[in-house]
Amino acid sequence: MAKIIGCVTTSHVPAIARAIARGEQEDPYWKEWFDGFKPVHRWLEQAKPDVAVIVYNDHGLNFFLDKLPTFAIGAAAEYQSADEGWNIPTVLPFKGDPELSWHLINSVVTDGFDITMCQEMVVDHALCNPMALLWPGGKPWPVRIVPVEINTVQFPLPSAARCYQLGEALGRAIASYPQDLRVLLMGTGGLSHQLDGERAGFINKEFDKKFMASLTADPAWVTRYSTIELVERTGSQGIELLLWLTARAALGSGAREITANYHIPISNTAAGMMLLEPAA
Amino acid sequence: MTTTRQPVPGTTIFDGGQAQKGYALNKMCMSFNDAANRAAFVRDEDGYCARYGLTPQQREAVRHRNVLALIAAGGNIYYLAKFAGIFGLDVQDIGAQQTGVSKEEFKARLVAEGR
Repeated sequence: MAKIIGCVTTSHVPAIARAIARGEQEDPYWKEWFDGFKPVHRWLEQAKPDVAVIVYNDHGLNFFLDKLPTFAIGAAAEYQSADEGWNIPTVLPFKGDPELSWHLINSVVTDGFDITMCQEMVVDHALCNPMALLWPGGKPWPVRIVPVEINTVQFPLPSAARCYQLGEALGRAIASYPQDLRVLLMGTGGLSHQLDGERAGFINKEFDKKFMASLTADPAWVTRYSTIELVERTGSQGIELLLWLTARAALGSGAREITANYHIPISNTAAGMMLLEPAA
Repeated sequence: MTTTRQPVPGTTIFDGGQAQKGYALNKMCMSFNDAANRAAFVRDEDGYCARYGLTPQQREAVRHRNVLALIAAGGNIYYLAKFAGIFGLDVQDIGAQQTGVSKEEFKARLVAEGR
Protein backbone atom coordinates (compact mmCIF):
# COMPACT_ATOMS: atom_id res chain seq x y z
CA MET A 1 0.00 0.00 0.00
CA ALA A 2 1.08 3.59 -0.56
CA LYS A 3 2.40 5.37 2.48
CA ILE A 4 2.54 9.08 3.26
CA ILE A 5 5.99 9.70 4.68
CA GLY A 6 5.88 13.42 5.31
CA CYS A 7 4.79 16.88 4.28
CA VAL A 8 6.97 19.79 3.22
CA THR A 9 5.40 23.23 3.01
CA THR A 10 7.40 26.12 1.62
CA SER A 11 7.18 29.57 0.09
CA HIS A 12 7.63 29.61 -3.68
CA VAL A 13 8.30 33.25 -4.68
CA PRO A 14 9.71 33.74 -8.22
CA ALA A 15 12.79 35.50 -6.82
CA ILE A 16 13.97 32.08 -5.54
CA ALA A 17 14.46 30.90 -9.12
CA ARG A 18 16.36 34.06 -9.96
CA ALA A 19 18.61 33.57 -6.92
CA ILE A 20 19.27 29.96 -7.95
CA ALA A 21 20.01 30.98 -11.55
CA ARG A 22 22.52 33.57 -10.29
CA GLY A 23 24.03 31.22 -7.69
CA GLU A 24 23.20 33.58 -4.80
CA GLN A 25 22.48 30.88 -2.20
CA GLU A 26 25.38 32.02 -0.02
CA ASP A 27 24.64 35.75 -0.30
CA PRO A 28 23.65 37.30 3.05
CA TYR A 29 20.17 38.15 1.72
CA TRP A 30 19.47 34.54 0.78
CA LYS A 31 21.68 32.38 2.99
CA GLU A 32 19.29 31.95 5.90
CA TRP A 33 16.51 30.88 3.57
CA PHE A 34 18.51 28.33 1.55
CA ASP A 35 20.32 27.00 4.65
CA GLY A 36 16.92 26.17 6.14
CA PHE A 37 16.62 23.36 3.60
CA LYS A 38 19.77 21.51 4.63
CA PRO A 39 17.95 19.40 7.26
CA VAL A 40 15.26 18.69 4.65
CA HIS A 41 17.90 17.40 2.23
CA ARG A 42 19.28 15.06 4.90
CA TRP A 43 15.76 13.87 5.72
CA LEU A 44 14.98 13.24 2.03
CA GLU A 45 18.11 11.11 1.63
CA GLN A 46 16.76 8.78 4.32
CA ALA A 47 13.06 9.03 3.50
CA LYS A 48 13.47 8.34 -0.24
CA PRO A 49 10.04 9.32 -1.56
CA ASP A 50 8.93 7.84 -4.89
CA VAL A 51 6.25 10.41 -5.65
CA ALA A 52 5.45 13.96 -4.55
CA VAL A 53 1.82 15.07 -4.47
CA ILE A 54 2.15 18.85 -4.77
CA VAL A 55 -0.58 21.28 -3.77
CA TYR A 56 0.11 24.60 -5.49
CA ASN A 57 -1.56 27.52 -7.27
CA ASP A 58 -1.17 28.52 -10.89
CA HIS A 59 -0.40 32.22 -11.46
CA GLY A 60 -1.44 32.55 -15.09
CA LEU A 61 0.64 29.97 -16.89
CA ASN A 62 -1.61 26.93 -17.32
CA PHE A 63 -4.95 28.50 -16.46
CA PHE A 64 -6.48 31.83 -17.46
CA LEU A 65 -9.73 33.53 -16.51
CA ASP A 66 -11.49 32.05 -19.55
CA LYS A 67 -11.74 28.70 -17.75
CA LEU A 68 -10.58 28.64 -14.17
CA PRO A 69 -11.06 25.52 -12.08
CA THR A 70 -11.32 25.76 -8.30
CA PHE A 71 -9.54 22.43 -7.84
CA ALA A 72 -7.59 20.58 -10.54
CA ILE A 73 -5.48 17.42 -10.55
CA GLY A 74 -2.87 16.65 -13.18
CA ALA A 75 -2.90 13.24 -14.84
CA ALA A 76 -0.08 13.70 -17.35
CA ALA A 77 2.93 11.49 -18.00
CA GLU A 78 5.13 14.58 -18.06
CA TYR A 79 4.91 18.20 -16.92
CA GLN A 80 7.04 21.03 -18.25
CA SER A 81 7.83 24.46 -16.91
CA ALA A 82 7.67 27.50 -19.19
CA ASP A 83 8.37 31.22 -19.44
CA GLU A 84 6.00 33.15 -17.18
CA GLY A 85 7.00 36.49 -18.65
CA TRP A 86 10.25 37.14 -16.81
CA ASN A 87 12.76 35.05 -18.74
CA ILE A 88 13.62 32.96 -15.68
CA PRO A 89 15.31 29.73 -16.84
CA THR A 90 13.00 26.74 -17.12
CA VAL A 91 13.76 23.52 -15.22
CA LEU A 92 14.01 19.91 -16.40
CA PRO A 93 10.63 18.28 -17.10
CA PHE A 94 8.90 16.36 -14.31
CA LYS A 95 7.75 12.78 -14.75
CA GLY A 96 4.14 12.22 -13.81
CA ASP A 97 2.44 9.14 -12.38
CA PRO A 98 -0.81 8.91 -14.34
CA GLU A 99 -1.93 5.75 -12.55
CA LEU A 100 -1.70 7.40 -9.15
CA SER A 101 -3.26 10.57 -10.57
CA TRP A 102 -6.33 8.70 -11.80
CA HIS A 103 -6.61 6.85 -8.52
CA LEU A 104 -6.61 10.20 -6.67
CA ILE A 105 -9.11 11.67 -9.14
CA ASN A 106 -11.49 8.72 -8.84
CA SER A 107 -11.20 8.70 -5.10
CA VAL A 108 -11.74 12.42 -4.41
CA VAL A 109 -14.65 12.66 -6.86
CA THR A 110 -16.27 9.69 -5.11
CA ASP A 111 -15.63 11.62 -1.91
CA GLY A 112 -17.60 14.62 -3.19
CA PHE A 113 -14.89 16.84 -4.73
CA ASP A 114 -15.80 17.59 -8.34
CA ILE A 115 -12.30 18.46 -9.48
CA THR A 116 -11.03 19.30 -12.98
CA MET A 117 -8.91 16.60 -14.62
CA CYS A 118 -5.89 17.68 -16.68
CA GLN A 119 -3.97 15.48 -19.08
CA GLU A 120 -1.84 18.44 -20.10
CA MET A 121 -0.48 20.99 -17.67
CA VAL A 122 2.44 23.39 -17.71
CA VAL A 123 3.66 24.07 -14.20
CA ASP A 124 4.82 27.45 -12.92
CA HIS A 125 7.16 28.74 -10.21
CA ALA A 126 4.76 27.62 -7.50
CA LEU A 127 5.60 24.01 -8.31
CA CYS A 128 9.11 24.34 -9.76
CA ASN A 129 10.72 26.46 -7.04
CA PRO A 130 9.77 24.16 -4.15
CA MET A 131 11.08 21.19 -6.16
CA ALA A 132 14.35 23.03 -6.80
CA LEU A 133 14.63 23.86 -3.09
CA LEU A 134 14.16 20.21 -2.11
CA TRP A 135 16.37 18.79 -4.85
CA PRO A 136 18.90 21.45 -5.85
CA GLY A 137 21.54 21.09 -8.53
CA GLY A 138 19.48 20.83 -11.69
CA LYS A 139 19.80 17.04 -11.93
CA PRO A 140 16.91 14.89 -13.18
CA TRP A 141 14.18 14.90 -10.52
CA PRO A 142 14.36 11.78 -8.31
CA VAL A 143 10.58 11.64 -7.79
CA ARG A 144 7.50 11.52 -9.98
CA ILE A 145 4.88 14.17 -9.30
CA VAL A 146 1.12 14.63 -9.13
CA PRO A 147 0.12 18.32 -9.22
CA VAL A 148 -2.96 19.39 -7.28
CA GLU A 149 -3.85 22.95 -8.27
CA ILE A 150 -6.08 25.28 -6.25
CA ASN A 151 -7.46 28.61 -7.44
CA THR A 152 -6.19 31.55 -5.39
CA VAL A 153 -6.48 34.08 -8.25
CA GLN A 154 -10.17 34.69 -8.87
CA PHE A 155 -12.71 35.08 -6.07
CA PRO A 156 -14.68 33.30 -4.83
CA LEU A 157 -11.83 31.10 -3.59
CA PRO A 158 -12.51 27.80 -1.86
CA SER A 159 -12.73 28.30 1.90
CA ALA A 160 -10.06 27.13 4.29
CA ALA A 161 -12.55 24.59 5.65
CA ARG A 162 -13.17 23.21 2.16
CA CYS A 163 -9.44 23.01 1.42
CA TYR A 164 -8.92 21.15 4.67
CA GLN A 165 -11.58 18.63 3.64
CA LEU A 166 -9.97 18.23 0.21
CA GLY A 167 -6.68 17.52 1.94
CA GLU A 168 -8.32 14.86 4.10
CA ALA A 169 -9.83 13.30 0.96
CA LEU A 170 -6.40 13.28 -0.72
CA GLY A 171 -4.95 11.60 2.35
CA ARG A 172 -7.61 8.87 2.22
CA ALA A 173 -7.05 8.48 -1.51
CA ILE A 174 -3.29 8.01 -1.12
CA ALA A 175 -3.74 5.59 1.78
CA SER A 176 -6.04 3.40 -0.36
CA TYR A 177 -3.63 3.16 -3.31
CA PRO A 178 -2.63 -0.50 -3.62
CA GLN A 179 0.95 0.00 -4.87
CA ASP A 180 3.85 0.20 -2.44
CA LEU A 181 4.81 3.82 -2.90
CA ARG A 182 6.45 6.31 -0.59
CA VAL A 183 4.52 9.54 -1.00
CA LEU A 184 5.74 13.00 -0.02
CA LEU A 185 3.13 15.73 0.34
CA MET A 186 4.05 19.27 -0.59
CA GLY A 187 2.15 22.51 -0.09
CA THR A 188 3.58 25.69 -1.57
CA GLY A 189 3.19 29.47 -1.28
CA GLY A 190 2.77 31.99 1.48
CA LEU A 191 3.28 33.01 4.08
CA SER A 192 1.93 36.52 4.68
CA HIS A 193 2.43 38.91 1.78
CA GLN A 194 0.56 41.31 -0.45
CA LEU A 195 1.69 42.45 -3.89
CA ASP A 196 -1.22 44.65 -4.92
CA GLY A 197 -2.78 47.91 -3.83
CA GLU A 198 -1.89 50.57 -1.30
CA ARG A 199 -1.49 47.75 1.19
CA ALA A 200 1.40 46.20 -0.82
CA GLY A 201 4.18 45.02 1.48
CA PHE A 202 1.79 43.88 4.20
CA ILE A 203 3.29 41.19 6.43
CA ASN A 204 1.89 39.63 9.61
CA LYS A 205 4.57 37.82 11.55
CA GLU A 206 2.37 37.10 14.55
CA PHE A 207 -0.32 35.39 12.48
CA ASP A 208 2.25 33.42 10.45
CA LYS A 209 3.85 32.11 13.65
CA LYS A 210 0.45 31.09 15.01
CA PHE A 211 -0.43 29.38 11.76
CA MET A 212 2.83 27.45 11.65
CA ALA A 213 2.44 26.35 15.25
CA SER A 214 -1.14 25.25 14.55
CA LEU A 215 -0.01 22.80 11.89
CA THR A 216 1.39 20.43 14.47
CA ALA A 217 -0.88 21.04 17.44
CA ASP A 218 -4.25 21.97 15.94
CA PRO A 219 -4.17 21.75 12.13
CA ALA A 220 -7.79 22.80 11.57
CA TRP A 221 -7.28 26.02 13.59
CA VAL A 222 -7.20 28.32 10.56
CA THR A 223 -10.47 26.92 9.16
CA ARG A 224 -12.33 29.21 11.58
CA TYR A 225 -11.53 32.15 9.30
CA SER A 226 -13.41 33.19 6.17
CA THR A 227 -11.44 33.93 3.01
CA ILE A 228 -11.80 37.69 3.50
CA GLU A 229 -10.67 37.38 7.11
CA LEU A 230 -7.60 35.53 5.89
CA VAL A 231 -6.84 38.20 3.27
CA GLU A 232 -7.10 40.74 6.06
CA ARG A 233 -4.72 38.79 8.31
CA THR A 234 -2.22 37.44 5.76
CA GLY A 235 -2.47 39.74 2.72
CA SER A 236 -4.08 39.10 -0.62
CA GLN A 237 -1.36 36.62 -1.60
CA GLY A 238 -0.84 35.32 1.93
CA ILE A 239 -4.07 33.46 1.22
CA GLU A 240 -1.75 30.86 -0.31
CA LEU A 241 -1.67 29.36 3.16
CA LEU A 242 -4.68 27.41 1.82
CA LEU A 243 -2.15 25.31 -0.09
CA TRP A 244 -0.16 24.56 3.06
CA LEU A 245 -3.38 23.71 4.83
CA THR A 246 -4.55 21.28 2.13
CA ALA A 247 -1.23 19.42 2.11
CA ARG A 248 -1.16 19.35 5.91
CA ALA A 249 -4.70 17.97 6.12
CA ALA A 250 -3.66 15.11 3.83
CA LEU A 251 -1.01 14.10 6.36
CA GLY A 252 -3.62 12.99 8.91
CA SER A 253 -4.58 14.29 12.31
CA GLY A 254 -1.30 14.01 14.21
CA ALA A 255 2.04 15.38 13.05
CA ARG A 256 5.44 16.15 14.44
CA GLU A 257 7.81 18.83 13.27
CA ILE A 258 11.18 17.71 11.90
CA THR A 259 12.41 21.17 10.95
CA ALA A 260 11.02 24.63 10.25
CA ASN A 261 12.27 27.98 9.04
CA TYR A 262 10.69 31.43 8.99
CA HIS A 263 12.42 34.44 7.54
CA ILE A 264 11.36 38.01 6.67
CA PRO A 265 11.68 39.01 3.91
CA ILE A 266 12.46 37.33 0.67
CA SER A 267 11.20 39.61 -2.06
CA ASN A 268 7.87 40.95 -0.69
CA THR A 269 7.18 37.86 1.33
CA ALA A 270 7.44 36.41 4.81
CA ALA A 271 9.05 33.14 3.80
CA GLY A 272 8.20 29.97 5.67
CA MET A 273 9.12 26.30 5.45
CA MET A 274 8.10 23.28 7.52
CA LEU A 275 8.81 19.58 7.32
CA LEU A 276 6.33 17.41 9.18
CA GLU A 277 6.09 13.66 9.65
CA PRO A 278 2.89 11.81 10.51
CA ALA A 279 2.65 11.19 14.26
CA ALA A 280 3.72 7.62 15.01
CA MET B 1 -24.30 40.14 -7.65
CA THR B 2 -20.75 39.88 -8.90
CA THR B 3 -19.04 42.47 -6.77
CA THR B 4 -17.77 41.79 -3.28
CA ARG B 5 -17.84 44.51 -0.68
CA GLN B 6 -14.25 45.78 -0.43
CA PRO B 7 -13.63 45.14 3.24
CA VAL B 8 -9.83 45.23 3.44
CA PRO B 9 -8.35 48.73 3.16
CA GLY B 10 -5.90 49.26 0.29
CA THR B 11 -6.97 45.97 -1.24
CA THR B 12 -9.11 45.22 -4.28
CA ILE B 13 -10.66 41.78 -4.03
CA PHE B 14 -10.41 40.25 -7.51
CA ASP B 15 -13.98 39.06 -7.71
CA GLY B 16 -16.38 38.45 -10.59
CA GLY B 17 -16.97 42.16 -11.12
CA GLN B 18 -13.24 42.92 -11.37
CA ALA B 19 -12.58 39.87 -13.53
CA GLN B 20 -15.30 40.94 -15.95
CA LYS B 21 -14.11 44.53 -16.05
CA GLY B 22 -10.47 43.57 -16.49
CA TYR B 23 -10.84 40.70 -18.93
CA ALA B 24 -9.25 42.35 -22.00
CA LEU B 25 -6.38 43.82 -19.99
CA ASN B 26 -5.64 40.56 -18.18
CA LYS B 27 -5.87 38.63 -21.44
CA MET B 28 -3.30 40.93 -23.01
CA CYS B 29 -1.01 40.52 -20.00
CA MET B 30 -1.40 36.74 -20.16
CA SER B 31 -0.07 36.86 -23.73
CA PHE B 32 3.21 38.26 -22.36
CA ASN B 33 4.18 34.76 -21.23
CA ASP B 34 5.50 34.55 -24.78
CA ALA B 35 8.72 36.48 -25.46
CA ALA B 36 7.65 37.16 -29.06
CA ASN B 37 4.50 38.86 -27.77
CA ARG B 38 6.50 40.97 -25.33
CA ALA B 39 8.65 42.11 -28.24
CA ALA B 40 5.56 42.83 -30.36
CA PHE B 41 4.14 45.01 -27.59
CA VAL B 42 7.39 46.97 -27.34
CA ARG B 43 7.47 47.46 -31.12
CA ASP B 44 3.89 48.72 -31.43
CA GLU B 45 2.17 49.36 -28.13
CA ASP B 46 -0.88 51.06 -29.67
CA GLY B 47 -1.47 48.30 -32.17
CA TYR B 48 -0.98 45.58 -29.56
CA CYS B 49 -3.44 47.17 -27.11
CA ALA B 50 -5.97 47.72 -29.91
CA ARG B 51 -5.78 44.06 -30.86
CA TYR B 52 -6.89 43.08 -27.33
CA GLY B 53 -9.68 45.68 -27.27
CA LEU B 54 -8.55 47.50 -24.14
CA THR B 55 -11.00 50.07 -22.77
CA PRO B 56 -9.85 53.72 -22.80
CA GLN B 57 -9.33 53.48 -19.01
CA GLN B 58 -7.14 50.40 -19.43
CA ARG B 59 -5.21 51.96 -22.32
CA GLU B 60 -4.44 55.05 -20.19
CA ALA B 61 -3.31 52.95 -17.25
CA VAL B 62 -1.04 50.91 -19.53
CA ARG B 63 0.36 54.09 -21.08
CA HIS B 64 1.27 55.45 -17.65
CA ARG B 65 2.56 52.09 -16.30
CA ASN B 66 0.45 52.93 -13.27
CA VAL B 67 -0.25 49.81 -11.22
CA LEU B 68 -3.01 51.26 -9.01
CA ALA B 69 -4.80 52.52 -12.13
CA LEU B 70 -4.33 49.13 -13.78
CA ILE B 71 -5.92 47.44 -10.77
CA ALA B 72 -8.77 49.96 -10.79
CA ALA B 73 -9.29 49.05 -14.46
CA GLY B 74 -9.73 45.40 -13.51
CA GLY B 75 -6.15 44.19 -13.73
CA ASN B 76 -5.08 41.29 -11.54
CA ILE B 77 -1.63 41.53 -10.02
CA TYR B 78 -0.52 38.08 -11.23
CA TYR B 79 -1.12 39.06 -14.86
CA LEU B 80 0.09 42.62 -14.33
CA ALA B 81 3.41 41.21 -13.06
CA LYS B 82 3.98 39.86 -16.59
CA PHE B 83 3.37 43.35 -17.99
CA ALA B 84 5.79 44.84 -15.46
CA GLY B 85 8.34 42.20 -16.47
CA ILE B 86 8.58 43.78 -19.93
CA PHE B 87 10.18 46.81 -18.28
CA GLY B 88 12.36 44.74 -15.97
CA LEU B 89 10.27 45.71 -12.95
CA ASP B 90 9.90 43.19 -10.12
CA VAL B 91 7.27 43.01 -7.36
CA GLN B 92 9.30 45.33 -5.16
CA ASP B 93 9.32 48.02 -7.85
CA ILE B 94 5.57 47.53 -8.13
CA GLY B 95 5.13 47.67 -4.35
CA ALA B 96 7.14 50.87 -4.14
CA GLN B 97 5.13 52.51 -6.90
CA GLN B 98 1.79 51.61 -5.31
CA THR B 99 2.78 52.83 -1.86
CA GLY B 100 4.49 55.99 -3.09
CA VAL B 101 7.96 55.32 -1.74
CA SER B 102 11.32 54.52 -3.34
CA LYS B 103 12.25 50.88 -3.90
CA GLU B 104 14.94 51.18 -1.22
CA GLU B 105 12.40 52.51 1.28
CA PHE B 106 9.96 49.75 0.37
CA LYS B 107 12.63 47.09 0.87
CA ALA B 108 13.68 48.64 4.17
CA ARG B 109 10.07 48.50 5.36
CA LEU B 110 9.93 44.78 4.59
CA VAL B 111 13.17 44.15 6.45
CA ALA B 112 11.78 46.09 9.43
CA GLU B 113 8.77 43.75 9.52
CA GLY B 114 11.15 40.92 10.39
CA ARG B 115 12.50 42.58 13.51
